[in-house]
Amino acid sequence: MKKLITIACLLIAISSMAQQIERGTVLIKNGTVLTITQGVKENTDVLIKDGKISQIGKNLAAPAGAKVIDATGYHVMPGIIDAHSHLALDAVNEATTPVSAMVWEGDDLDPLDIAMYRAIAGGVTISHAMHGSANAIGGQCQTIKHRYGTVDPKVLMMEGAPRTIKFALGENPTRVHGNNGAGIVPNTRMGVEFVIRQAFSEGKEYMESWNKYNASKNQKGFRGAPPKYDLRMETIAAILRGEIIIHCHSYRADEIYMLLKVCKDFGIKRLVFQHVNEGFKVAPELAAQGAMASVFADWWAYKFEVYYSTAYNAAILTRNGVVTSINSDDAELTRHLYHEAAKTQKYGGLTDDEALSLITINPAKQLGIDNRVGSLEVGKDGDVVIFKGHPLSVYTVPAYTIIDGVIKFDREKDADDMRLYVDPKQTIDITDAVFEETLSHNHDECMKNAEFLLNVKFADQNR
Amino acid sequence: MKKIIYLILFVCAGVAAKAQSPKGKYGTFALTNATIETVTKGTINNGTVIISNGKITYVGAATTAPAGAEVIDCKGKWIYPGFIDSGTNLGLSEVGSDQRTIDMNEIGEVIPQMQALTAVNPNSVLIPVTRVNGVTTVLTAPVGSMFPGTAALINLHGYTPDQMYANFKGVVVNFPSTGRRGGFDRRSDEDIKSASEKAMKKLNEVFDRAIQFHKLDSATKGKGVEYYPEMEAMLPVVRGERTILLEVNAAKDILEALTWVKERKLKNVVLTGCREGWRVAGDIAKAGLPVIAGPVLALPSREYDRYDKAYANPGLMKKAGVKVALRTSETENVRNLLFNAGFAAAYGLGREEALKAVTIVPAEIFGVSDKLGSIEVGKTANIVVSDGDPFETKTNIIHVFIDGWQIPMVSRHTQLYDEFLKREPGVNKSQK
Repeated sequence: MKKLITIACLLIAISSMAQQIERGTVLIKNGTVLTITQGVKENTDVLIKDGKISQIGKNLAAPAGAKVIDATGYHVMPGIIDAHSHLALDAVNEATTPVSAMVWEGDDLDPLDIAMYRAIAGGVTISHAMHGSANAIGGQCQTIKHRYGTVDPKVLMMEGAPRTIKFALGENPTRVHGNNGAGIVPNTRMGVEFVIRQAFSEGKEYMESWNKYNASKNQKGFRGAPPKYDLRMETIAAILRGEIIIHCHSYRADEIYMLLKVCKDFGIKRLVFQHVNEGFKVAPELAAQGAMASVFADWWAYKFEVYYSTAYNAAILTRNGVVTSINSDDAELTRHLYHEAAKTQKYGGLTDDEALSLITINPAKQLGIDNRVGSLEVGKDGDVVIFKGHPLSVYTVPAYTIIDGVIKFDREKDADDMRLYVDPKQTIDITDAVFEETLSHNHDECMKNAEFLLNVKFADQNR
Repeated sequence: MKKIIYLILFVCAGVAAKAQSPKGKYGTFALTNATIETVTKGTINNGTVIISNGKITYVGAATTAPAGAEVIDCKGKWIYPGFIDSGTNLGLSEVGSDQRTIDMNEIGEVIPQMQALTAVNPNSVLIPVTRVNGVTTVLTAPVGSMFPGTAALINLHGYTPDQMYANFKGVVVNFPSTGRRGGFDRRSDEDIKSASEKAMKKLNEVFDRAIQFHKLDSATKGKGVEYYPEMEAMLPVVRGERTILLEVNAAKDILEALTWVKERKLKNVVLTGCREGWRVAGDIAKAGLPVIAGPVLALPSREYDRYDKAYANPGLMKKAGVKVALRTSETENVRNLLFNAGFAAAYGLGREEALKAVTIVPAEIFGVSDKLGSIEVGKTANIVVSDGDPFETKTNIIHVFIDGWQIPMVSRHTQLYDEFLKREPGVNKSQK
C-alpha cells in the first residue's frame, strides 16, 4: 500500500512537472500567411500541434480537441520578438560595480507583470529581458516566452535559448560610475574601453588557469589546488568561449567601433549592438565583422548622444547588410512593434518582408533562437499572431496571439475590467485611488535601479 | 590662376552650404490634379489648390493656373490642410536629458506670466524634422507647477517667435490630483487627501485674487493696480478672453474639475489630457467642454484596465458627444501625430473624425478656424501633399507649405540618410 502511495505521488509529481509548460493544438483556417522566410501564402491554413507548427497548407483537417480559428480576411504571422525589453523583471540594474557579469536576470523574473499581458496583446510572444545599462559590463539577460498565466518564473524562460549578457557604452556607465556618480573608472569613453579590456584580459587568465588545472589534475603525481572560483570571471570566460552573446547598449559611432575592435582582439564573434543610434555611420564596419544591430525606429534627441540620429537608421543598416531588428526597451512601445517596423517603409523604403523581418526572424537571429522561432515553418514553435488588417498598416489590430499553440490573447474575449473580484457583483469604483501617472515612453528604462548612484536628480535625467 | 581656383572653391563652398540648408520659397503655386480632402467641404478629385501671398486663393476643379504660378503636378497625390498637434513642448526643449537646453519648466507655483512663445527656438533642429512629416502647427506648452505659464500656438516656419505665432495663447492650469500616483506613491490616504485639499485651496485663492484684481483694474481703468505680473496674466483669463488649458487625467479629478468649472461659471475652458475621459465621457459631454486628448500611443492608466484604453479613449469620448482634438505631448517626435491619429481611428474614432481631430477641431478650439484647419479659400496656406493616406505608416509627405512658404523637405534625418546610405569611403578608405 505504502509503495502504491509513493508511486501515485511520484506520478503526480512527474505529471505536474510536465504540465508546467502548456502546449496546445490550434488550427488557423484560411488566412493570409506571412511566413517571413517563405513568402506570402493566401487562403492558407496553419496547424499547430502540441505547441509546434506541424503543417502549413490548404484545407487542413483539425485534429481531435484542436481549437479552430477562422482567419478568413486576417493576416497570420510569426509571434513578434522584442530583442530589448525590461518587462517581467523585479530589478534592472546591479549598478554597484562597472562589471556585474555575475548577476543574472533569470533570478528575478516576475511572471505576474501586467506589462507582459499588454505586450501579448500587441502580438509580442518573446522578450529579451535585459539587465540595464548602468555598467560597462552589465548582468546576464534572459530570453523569455510570454507564458502569461503561470506563477512559476522558470516557466517563462525559453528552454534552450543561448545565454546573453548586457554591455553598455557612453553616457550611462560614465555618469553612474564616473565623477557624477560613484567616482570611479569609467568617467569617459576611454575608461569604458579600459574596463572592458581589463575584464576580458582577467577573464582570459582565469580561463587559462582553470584549463591548465583541468588538464593536469588527473595526471599522476599532480599536487596543487584548483584556482579560486569566481562567478564574474566564469561569465567572462564563457563570453570568450563564444557561449554568451553580447548585447551592447551603445549610441555613438566611435564607441561602437571601439567595441568592434576589442571583440576582434579577443576573438569574440557573437556581438549585437543595442539602440546603436549612430550604427548607420559605421554600417560597413558592422557588416564586415558580422555584428548585428537592434534599434529604435525613430527615438532620438532624448539625450545628447542621440542628437545626431536619423529615423533612417534601420534602413541604412539593412541596405548595408547588417542583420537589424527593431526593439522597444519600453512597456508601451513593445505593444506596437509592428507599427515601429512599418516606419522603416516610410524612412528608407524597406519591403514588407524586410520590415517584418525586423521584428521576427532578425531578432531571433540576434538571440540565437532562429532555429526555433521568427518565421512560420513546419517544426518551429507555435508562436503566432493574427492581425485584422495588414500588420504594417496603421489601422491594423492584433486579434489573437498564440504561444506554444495556446491562445494567450483573444481580442473578442478581452475584458474591460481585468480584476478578479471576491464578490463577482462588485463593479468598477472610479474613485479607486491607484492611477498610474507614467504616461507613455520612458527614455531611461535602461537606468532603472541606478538612480541612487547619481548625483544629478534622476527625475531631471528623464521625462 | 591661383585666385581663380580660390574663387571656384569659394563658390563651390557657398553652393554646398546652400544645399545643406535650403531656404523656403514664397510666391504663387498651383497644385494640380490632386485628390483634395478639404476636411470641411468634402473631397475633390482631380482638383487644384492655388496658393498666393500666403493664402489659399482657389480650391476647385480648374485646370489652368494663374500666370506666373509655379505649377506642381500632384497627380496621384493627396492634399490636406497642415496638421495641428494640440499639445507639445516643441521649440522649448532640444536635448531631453540636458537641462541647459530645456526652457519649459520655470520655477514657481503660480507663474502664468511665463510665456512659452518667448522661449521657442525657431532654429531648433527638431522643427524641420517635425514639419517635413506634415505637422505644420503645434501648441507648445510650459510644464511643471499648478500654473506653469502660457502656451502658444505656432506655425513651424519662421525666424522669430513672432513670425511663427499662430494667434492663440492659453494659460496652462494643472488641476489638483486627488489620486495616488501609481504604486510607488507611498503617501498615506490622509496625506494625499490633505495635499489635494491644500492644492484646491491654492487654485481657488488664485482665481479669487484674479477676480479681485480684475474688479480693481476695471474700476480704476488699470490705474489703481500695482505691478503684479501673475495677476496681469490672469486678467484675460477671468475676463473670459483667454482660454484655460485645464490638464486633468484621473476620472475622479475630471469630475471634480467639471464641478469646479461649473461653480466658477468659467466659459473658456479646454480640458487637456483626460486619460480617463472614457470613464466619465457622458459627464464631459454634458458639461460641453472640448478635450485635447493624448498621447494615444500610451498605456492604460490602471493595471486592471483593458490594454487598449488609451488607443480607444478619443473614440469613446467622441461617441459620447465630446469634441476631441489630439496631441502627442511630444517634443522630438511630434512627427508621430499622424500615427496617434491613425491608432485612434482604428480603435473607434474612425478615420474621418481622426482627421478632424488634427485639423479643424483644434482650429476651432483655438479660435483660429478662420485661418487654419481646412482647405478653403481665404485661409492661411498651411498645406500638406502626400503620396497616400497621411495616417498610413508608409505614406510619404511630398510637399509642405506653411504660411504660403514652400518648405524645403530636408531635416537632419534626411541629411544623414543622404550622407550615409552609401558611405564614402566604405570600410577601405582608399576605395569608393
